Amino acid sequence: MLKLENICKTFNPGTVNESTLFTNFNLQVKKGEFISVIGSNGSGKTTILNIICGTIPLDSGNILVQGQNINKLKEYQRSKFIGRVFQDPAKGTCPSMTILQNMAMADNKGKPFNLTGGINKKRISFYQEQLSRLKLGLEDKLHVKVGALSGGQRQAMALLMSTMTPLDFLILDEHTAALDPKTSEIIMELTDEIVREKQLTALMVSHNLRHAVEYGNRMIMMHQGGIVLDYDAQKKKQTRVDDILGIFNEISIECGN
Amino acid sequence: MIDILIGILEQGFIYGILALGVYITYSILDFPDLSVDGTFPMGAAVAAIMIVNGMNPWLALVVAFAAGSAAGLVTGLIHVKGKVRDLLSGIITMTALYSVNIHIADGKSNLAIFTGETIFNSGIAAMLPEVLQPYRALIISAVLIIICKLVMDWYLNTKSGFLLFAAGDNQQVVTALAEDHGKVKIMGLILANGLVALSGAVLCQHQRFFDVSMGPGSVVLGLAAVIMGMKLFSNFGFVKGTTAAIAGAILYKACYAGAIALGMEAIDMKLITAILFLVVLMFNTGNGKKKGGQPHA
Ligand SMILES: Nc1ncnc2c1ncn2[C@@H]1O[C@H](COP(=O)(O)OP(=O)(O)OP(=O)(O)O)[C@@H](O)[C@H]1O
Ligand SMILES: [Mg+2]
Repeated sequence: MLKLENICKTFNPGTVNESTLFTNFNLQVKKGEFISVIGSNGSGKTTILNIICGTIPLDSGNILVQGQNINKLKEYQRSKFIGRVFQDPAKGTCPSMTILQNMAMADNKGKPFNLTGGINKKRISFYQEQLSRLKLGLEDKLHVKVGALSGGQRQAMALLMSTMTPLDFLILDEHTAALDPKTSEIIMELTDEIVREKQLTALMVSHNLRHAVEYGNRMIMMHQGGIVLDYDAQKKKQTRVDDILGIFNEISIECGN
Repeated sequence: MIDILIGILEQGFIYGILALGVYITYSILDFPDLSVDGTFPMGAAVAAIMIVNGMNPWLALVVAFAAGSAAGLVTGLIHVKGKVRDLLSGIITMTALYSVNIHIADGKSNLAIFTGETIFNSGIAAMLPEVLQPYRALIISAVLIIICKLVMDWYLNTKSGFLLFAAGDNQQVVTALAEDHGKVKIMGLILANGLVALSGAVLCQHQRFFDVSMGPGSVVLGLAAVIMGMKLFSNFGFVKGTTAAIAGAILYKACYAGAIALGMEAIDMKLITAILFLVVLMFNTGNGKKKGGQPHA
């Protein structure tokens, strides 16, 4: 489904700040895999997601989706089949537009944004139904501006919006990190529900080891631009948070810190 | 007194079209577009030269709109494709237009319309009943601003209009919707500068001359109108941004007329403009740059 081949990435090449993060990084993701990605700060998790989404260019290597090379596609073109939720809840919604307007835009993804009415009244009940799944009461606040919502509410909307239309990949970068424990659980469960229901292929970066272990059917750990651990569904089932913590410590000791 | 009031309304309606353009770039797109100082006189130059050559005054408005749109496209391309900062992109276009506008006006930096039909003295205006004839400029300018406002309100509620709001609000969302936010910005600049040039063309027909010095101060006037309108009406959630921008333009022109009545002279025009803008900005502090963008469902 998704194949990263010999990805190389060096930041600030030719300057004193030159730093090589990836040399010949490889990763293969099969359809229907829900991969939790863990790893210490600066290990390259966000960067690899950015490379997949086209937010930053790669130096060399190939990104293949269903055998097709997507290296040349711009970020917005890749959005056609990739949905993404960021750590920052502000990134996924338009604050000065209403909930209804935001939902209507998300609903139109992949279709032309032409001169027909921005809101299709017939779809409103569908939006309300979707919003009611969040159990945040947003379905009764259709005309409230998203900027007036809390971070958790906005993140829940961002998740709904990014998965409203058919997509191949869902990319989640610490999407529950800015939320309180309870909201974080709600969003995580909703994520799992949506991924199952739509049979999505997903990559989820998380520092919440419990989430990483509990959810998904594959787990990888990254360190200094490489994959140091790759558990399949079965291995993952037998793994507990403590085991992962142990591995984390081992790696840090090996690196001498 | 009533004459002064009518004058203020006429000016307010005409500059209201300019304010609608500035509303798109400043309020919706969050783009400080200085090309306005070039596209406003550009519209006037186009109208003047066409009317002097005996062409249809309404056609002159259409051509002025197209010319302004083309200039907006240039600013957009410089910014998006050339990756030049927004402020500088506008300055480049504005500077280039100074020469272009003189070329349009047949190499002259000012051009008077001595004879020739304008939208204010021919066609529909001439067909108005006798009693309304004294108010024909007011009526024509009112009709124009109402049409512009209605078309814009309609557009801002389309899918394309939503995307325009999104581009100013959060570019990441536009990208996530698989749309090129650069393109959306360019589209907004095209529309905005088309309106600005249209405003210049109407003003030119009203005052019956083009002068290249009409340019400087246009953007300030537009900004003052939009900021003032937004500030005054932001308390009323139901007032649309377009309405606020037009109301701001009328109010601005009223303040301006007040300054003239207090004895300021025509040569002090830009000074008054600058001072009024300063006053508006100072009253506007506290809530900073008011994002007034809000399409109404
Ligand atoms: N734009 C950039 N310029 C220079 N270096 C960068 C840039 N982006 C990332 N890096 C470097 O690449 C490395 C990996 O960063 P990245 O953001 O991918 O880490 P991460 O695994 O997401 O970390 P975290 O858990 O803190 O989010 C870091 O050392 C960082 O300094
Ligand atoms: Mg990160």
